[in-house]
Amino acid sequence: MATTKQLIYSLLTVTAVSVMALSFNTARTTRHTDTDGTAKDSTGSKKAFLAAYSVLMHPRCMNCHPSGEAPLQGDDSHVHTMNVQRGHDGKGLYALKCSNCHQPKNTPGLHMPPGNPKWHLPPADMKMVFQGKSPRELAAQLLDPEQNGHKTKAQLIAHVTSDSLVLGGWNPGDGRTLPPLSHAEFARQFKMWIDKGAFLPDK
Amino acid sequence: MIKLTINHQEHSIDASPDMPLLWALRDIVGLTGTKFGCGMAQCGACTVHLNGEAVRSCVTLLSRAAGQEVVTIEGLSPNSDHPLQRAWIEEDVPQCGYCQSGQIMSAAVLLRENPQPTDTDIDNAMSGNICRCGTYPRIRKAIHRAAELQKEGGNK
Amino acid sequence: MTQDVLNTSRRGFLKTGAMLSGSLIISFVVPGAKRLAAMGMPAAEDAAAAVFAPNAYLSIGADGSIQIVLAHVEMGQGIWTTLSMLIAEELDADWQKVKVLHSPPGQPYVHTVYGLQITGGSSTTWSEFDRYRQAGATARTLLVQAAAQKFGVSPADCRTENGEVIAGNKRATYGELAGIAASLPPLTEPVSLRSPGEWKYIGKGVKRLDSPAKVNGTAQFGMDMRFPGLLTAVVAHPPVYGSKVKSFDATKARTVPGVRKVVQIPTGVAVIADNFWAAKKGRAALKVEWENGPNVNIDSVAQLAEFKKLVTTRGDKAAEKGDVTSALSKAAKVLEAEYTFPYLAHTPMEPQNVTVKIADNKCEIWTGTQMPGNDQTVAAKILGFKPEQVNVHTVFLGGGFGRRANFQSDFVSEAVHIAKASGEFIKMVWTREDDIHGGYYRPSFVHKIRAGIDAQGNPIAWEHVLAGQSIMAGTPFAAGMKNNIDEASVEGVSDSPYLSSIPDHYIGLHSPKLELPVLWYRSVGHTHTATAMEGMIDELAHAAGKDPVEYRRALLKDHPRHLAALNLAAEKAGWGKPLPPGRFRGVAVHESFKSYVADVAEVSVDEQGVIKVHRFVCAIDCGLAVNPDGVVAQMESGINFGISTAMYGAITLDKGKVQQSNFHDYRIARMHETPLEIEVHIVNSTEKMGGAGEPGVPPVAPAIANAVFAATGKRMRDLPFCNINLKA
Repeated sequence: MATTKQLIYSLLTVTAVSVMALSFNTARTTRHTDTDGTAKDSTGSKKAFLAAYSVLMHPRCMNCHPSGEAPLQGDDSHVHTMNVQRGHDGKGLYALKCSNCHQPKNTPGLHMPPGNPKWHLPPADMKMVFQGKSPRELAAQLLDPEQNGHKTKAQLIAHVTSDSLVLGGWNPGDGRTLPPLSHAEFARQFKMWIDKGAFLPDK
Repeated sequence: MIKLTINHQEHSIDASPDMPLLWALRDIVGLTGTKFGCGMAQCGACTVHLNGEAVRSCVTLLSRAAGQEVVTIEGLSPNSDHPLQRAWIEEDVPQCGYCQSGQIMSAAVLLRENPQPTDTDIDNAMSGNICRCGTYPRIRKAIHRAAELQKEGGNK
Repeated sequence: MTQDVLNTSRRGFLKTGAMLSGSLIISFVVPGAKRLAAMGMPAAEDAAAAVFAPNAYLSIGADGSIQIVLAHVEMGQGIWTTLSMLIAEELDADWQKVKVLHSPPGQPYVHTVYGLQITGGSSTTWSEFDRYRQAGATARTLLVQAAAQKFGVSPADCRTENGEVIAGNKRATYGELAGIAASLPPLTEPVSLRSPGEWKYIGKGVKRLDSPAKVNGTAQFGMDMRFPGLLTAVVAHPPVYGSKVKSFDATKARTVPGVRKVVQIPTGVAVIADNFWAAKKGRAALKVEWENGPNVNIDSVAQLAEFKKLVTTRGDKAAEKGDVTSALSKAAKVLEAEYTFPYLAHTPMEPQNVTVKIADNKCEIWTGTQMPGNDQTVAAKILGFKPEQVNVHTVFLGGGFGRRANFQSDFVSEAVHIAKASGEFIKMVWTREDDIHGGYYRPSFVHKIRAGIDAQGNPIAWEHVLAGQSIMAGTPFAAGMKNNIDEASVEGVSDSPYLSSIPDHYIGLHSPKLELPVLWYRSVGHTHTATAMEGMIDELAHAAGKDPVEYRRALLKDHPRHLAALNLAAEKAGWGKPLPPGRFRGVAVHESFKSYVADVAEVSVDEQGVIKVHRFVCAIDCGLAVNPDGVVAQMESGINFGISTAMYGAITLDKGKVQQSNFHDYRIARMHETPLEIEVHIVNSTEKMGGAGEPGVPPVAPAIANAVFAATGKRMRDLPFCNINLKA
């Protein structure tokens, strides 16, 4: 519930700031210190999210967060050519389960299946779609416990910081492009987004 | 030495752990029913069961199979009478036949997990197995037929 | 099922001659019983040795087993079963006792029309229809004579039934009669064949004989050869086809555990190891410097531009009637279109492989091949052997599609060189990358068509120029080339039935010479000519404001077999009847390999421009369908093969380097990308027999293209279709 409250709060803040901006034409920033002592900063928070968003929407991340039921492949994020389906647990279906081809480690060589011990998509009851989402939509989705697997903000930070599958994005196998930020920088920006108030970007 | 079970028999394989299971099966154990088609998990000709899952043995290293249960086309049924094998013959599925071991091993997982698959289920299970002869319509038909045979009690 | 092969060199007394005209002479010399052991026939797995071998195509064992020897090879097309049916029909055999072998190279197995031992051109069934039935009938006649002798009755009092000869209350199995039959003098009178009314198998069909072995892993392909002492060879090939080794360093490769030898061969450097994986690791550790050959200048983009320039000039004349230039100037409307086709790789599921043993002045070869005789000749030449010192054992082919019928026998030649250079007993195994980079592609082609229609929309002038490499040039088949025209380049255009109704036409051909080798690919020239012809006819129908089926019917009115296939497909597809929203139909009809095939494709195109093929309705007139379900299977196969080719097939080169390497970028249609509904109808026909292996392919691409036009108003003229943006 805390998250929902925060979301409403941040929306109100944005509205208030907008009004202020209209009135005074000054920087659209709100700053205050929360009860936990963290400095809130809507501009800094949103900016941090946009930085993290560039990573989240990179094929290394987005390909396993598709809008449909099939994972995506390649830097052009085409639908997985083998008609792989999410399945209820996100681990594929029947003879096309992720780990049938994706090994615990990357298979060496160009265009070989990348690997990870827990290679999977988000499960059917928590699809966590990135594909096609605007920064604002994606931020809202990440914060919504109904959509994020009831993760607290701290759990969200922990997830992007240390989850091995998230980290796999930076060890993508031979020939694959890396996300635009280093993992450390991504995790830092993500944390900053939350620490500075988890504000939703404007669009 | 890497120990594993292949077709319900214990095997000790003297090979490098980075050797793909496919080549251990074919070149060392001598089970040549599992085929080499692409070497990169694209075609499915090398599909075998690893603890019941339809893994692509060309990219599955021997180290992953160590201590595990492997079943190949040769071990799918005791007398080549798995409902899928019977249905494949009934529907005259094979043409060149090279991909069919992999097709059947994939279909076997489908039928185990979904005894009455729809056409969509079949697409969702079988699109990892390429058939250059294009026997897909008969594979589909044979899977439906095998589902019937299985229902009639033909499964072992 | 056994797949051992015979050694004809030891049984030269079985003489069969064939004439190029297609008529048939079989001289049966029946060996005396004493000589049978010396024959080693058949080299079957079981102890029941053949005791009766009336000709080169079958033998009968004491246990009644019927060993059928195939002059053609099984590569999926079902000939293992169909040729056996022909013998079983006339022999009145017990189908359960039939066993099949591939023949070795040998005169009796030379194609009855082509004059060399080859499986290709969709010709096996019609070219063997008489020879294989004769072989069965001869054996049956001798078995009846043997029974008459045994029973003490006249042959006329005997009849046969399911592997037995019966006279009154006496009966004997063929196995029991084989010994006596073998001692009889050869037949001097021609044998009579059964009338169609008596056929038990022909036209009805049986289940494939090779299925049981192909569903339990026991079917043996070349890749599966295993012998004590056999090593595996993997070859480092140049990145640009045809380049030579300048130098190589195998120091690191030799340290890979399992690697035994590294040898240079004309086509690269071979790493020989205990198993494939070690050999492949060895290859990866090899350092090779290459001396680029002429192919380094090939660039697909530049080549296409060059071919497009070529087709603006007339080229060599392939067909001409009237004055096309003048007729075009008088046309009510002239339509111009350019169709382009990339190189294609055959990519049979089984990558090329050959097992070679050279010992004791003999060479043994095991492989899946469409031309064992040619392979034998090529191997003998490399080794300085006589052909009879080379044995070719043909095993099942994991797909051929033309790639395993190669006058250069490139795969066999490479393996023989490895065995020769290393002195080892080796199995050469190509990776998929070797296969896709290995040359012998379907040639790239450009077609330029200018067609004029009159005020009623009827075509009155057709100018058509093609540019693409010749397949036949430089092969023994080049002898048949007239006026520089390779029929394999223009088949389907120069002999198009549409042209006979178009008074003024000109077909020209440019055959640019390039070092990149090209080869026949399932349906050969028709792979591109049908797409251009049936695409353009569809364009004309549209310009004329006429229904595509009606328009074709009118033009094909004097071509009853085209018409029969077209009408049957249109009727079964419900042509003209409403479709679910978003679905559209396209039609194409084309003759190839003496068969007439019409397809109606049903497609939809989504907002992203992605084409989905929902349904294919196919009709074929192949004359008598010996094994109807086999024909159906080949049409299904042709449709799905055609979809792969049309939607995804493209080999492109950049600075001579092939840019595709495996199935991720050389895509083959997968189950979910092929039609859920494929219906095949066989025209009830007593016309001349045609083929089935290839004719299903040509109409597929144009039927899809024409359906997509109906859906989007866009003409897809550049193959493959996946590169065409239908969204824009």
